[in-house]
Amino acid sequence: MPRTFSPKVVTANALLEGDAVWLTEANTWTRDISEAELMTDEAHADLRLLEAQSRVDEIAGAYLADAKAGEAGPEPTHFRETFRTRGPSNYAHGKQVELS
Amino acid sequence: MYSYNDFDEAFVRSRVAQFRGQVERRIDGSLTEDEFKPLRLMNGLYLQLHAYMLRVAVPYGTLSADQMRKLAYIADRWDKGYGHFTTRQNIQYNWPKLQDVPDMLDALADVGMHAIQTSGNTIRNVTADHFAGAAADEIEDPRAIAELLRQWSTDHPEFQFLPRKFKIAVTGAAHDRAVTKAHDIGLRMVRNDAGEPGFEVIVGGGLGRTPMVGKVLRAFLPKADLLPYCEAIVSVYNLLGRRDNKYKARIKITVHENGLEKIQELVEERFAAIREGFSGHDQELLAEIESAFAPPAFTTKSTDGFEAARLANPAFRSWTDTNLADHKADGYAIVSISIKKHGATPGDATSDQMRVMADLAEQYGHGELRISHEQNVILPHVHKADLAAVYAALREADLATANIGLASDIIACPGMDYCALATARSIPIAQEIATRFDKLKIEHEIGQLKIKISGCINACGHHHVGHIGILGLDRAGVENYQITLGGDGTETTTIGERAGPGFSAEEIVPAIERLVTGYLGLRSDADETFLQTYRRLGMEPFKAILYPAEEKANAA
Repeated sequence: MPRTFSPKVVTANALLEGDAVWLTEANTWTRDISEAELMTDEAHADLRLLEAQSRVDEIAGAYLADAKAGEAGPEPTHFRETFRTRGPSNYAHGKQVELS
Repeated sequence: MYSYNDFDEAFVRSRVAQFRGQVERRIDGSLTEDEFKPLRLMNGLYLQLHAYMLRVAVPYGTLSADQMRKLAYIADRWDKGYGHFTTRQNIQYNWPKLQDVPDMLDALADVGMHAIQTSGNTIRNVTADHFAGAAADEIEDPRAIAELLRQWSTDHPEFQFLPRKFKIAVTGAAHDRAVTKAHDIGLRMVRNDAGEPGFEVIVGGGLGRTPMVGKVLRAFLPKADLLPYCEAIVSVYNLLGRRDNKYKARIKITVHENGLEKIQELVEERFAAIREGFSGHDQELLAEIESAFAPPAFTTKSTDGFEAARLANPAFRSWTDTNLADHKADGYAIVSISIKKHGATPGDATSDQMRVMADLAEQYGHGELRISHEQNVILPHVHKADLAAVYAALREADLATANIGLASDIIACPGMDYCALATARSIPIAQEIATRFDKLKIEHEIGQLKIKISGCINACGHHHVGHIGILGLDRAGVENYQITLGGDGTETTTIGERAGPGFSAEEIVPAIERLVTGYLGLRSDADETFLQTYRRLGMEPFKAILYPAEEKANAA
């Protein structure tokens, strides 16, 4: 049986700030994962990653991260990716304050 | 202290200018990340979970007051107003923006500092006993040797692409506060039969996924042979070390796979071949450096006020009991400033706190500060007559926590709150343990206890050598914490033993509390430390405390 493909988002670090960004359907980078494009097709996801990786003057270190469909849009499934959506736990720094 | 000469200054400035160009080319897209990454790493710039991170070398943990003030300035100007002191005596900024980094490096160069070789497969910042030049049990100040090694290793053309990173630690004292046996090269000053100072050379120690205690390569090396001998070691490693597998590339594996005798043979052979090339220039340089590390002009004054203040103020007395160490000069003490206030992030100091410490160093401490691998700040030379004033100023700055060496003086790596390599968080666990013990008010009763936490197998938090070590892992998508017991990072270095299955983030703090309160019932008397009790009784009673349900199941 072929392994099932778990849904993915393309994520990376912004070139200048270094913070987490996600690729949207409109080909822009968003700092809010719920605006990201959630991809359920493996071939499409691989292609989107290649496109993202070519945008060298915008981001660094693009990769595919597991995500699931939530009420407001894609949500992370692993705690590491959850941390990337909000920032560190010891200070109110990063996205948890910048996005609100 | 050593100050940059014209050569150092020109070298560091030219590296900043070079990096500025590289950053510009990265930003305009002419360098890809793959091309830029090795260049930024050579200059200490990492890309972490939420931002870039700049790791600045604090050479052998020594800072002047001006340097500390500049670190505070950088934190305010380009970061979020604080810095993180690390287990390698460095400082890390967690929030720099790429375009600002060249300016930060220029600001560092203004005070003779840089971030060169704080990453990459090179010889990293040479660390030293944080009490160097002050400790009562010291043969000689080891920092002159550390500075010589710094100059030799910085941009050394043969050693820019080693199989893996390479860490050297040096101590001049009998009691090892520099974890020399867990370094690629550890140098421990000893005297030979004639009473001359030299070094015991230890090689192949290290923590990480394959922890190893370093082995003695040479029981006594004359001081004059140090540089050629170290060059011989690194040179042998450079050829023999494995480049096919990153996890087998450190010199500890090279020594393990080839055997100590073979390494000894190769090093001695190489040493014989290159010794003559060091025609004495290194010794002239060393003499110059040594004069820069001449002890400060210690003063003599009455310590009556100190004794009176101790009697009058119990909080001050408690602080002097835990945070002072013996100084070699009469009437002086070594002050450890705890950067581990209960519930705070281990090793983090705000820019205001940095400035307070700089001012205190200038006013009362002969202008010197040290960063310890235990992530605290040291004022190495304070006269006892000034301690009450120093304490009062520290209290104002929220820096007077009396917990050095106690349960809440925890080493913790940044973990998954910042680090891209981490598999779990470390900081919140450290915060919760410290808060819990403070609430229980038992840490003074517990006494000497070293808890060390790493958020991944690479062991930046030195968990293997913690009396209690905690290793955070990702177990099927959940944070999980393994406990090791009986580790020791001193002259009797021991790698801790794994106690059993790991604990969840919710279970780990209660497990540590159970362990430590359980120890109070096991110790022979109040003077027997946790480590001593563990050594006397072994793992079993501690295991029974950690896993009570299993004990019952076995009994049933």
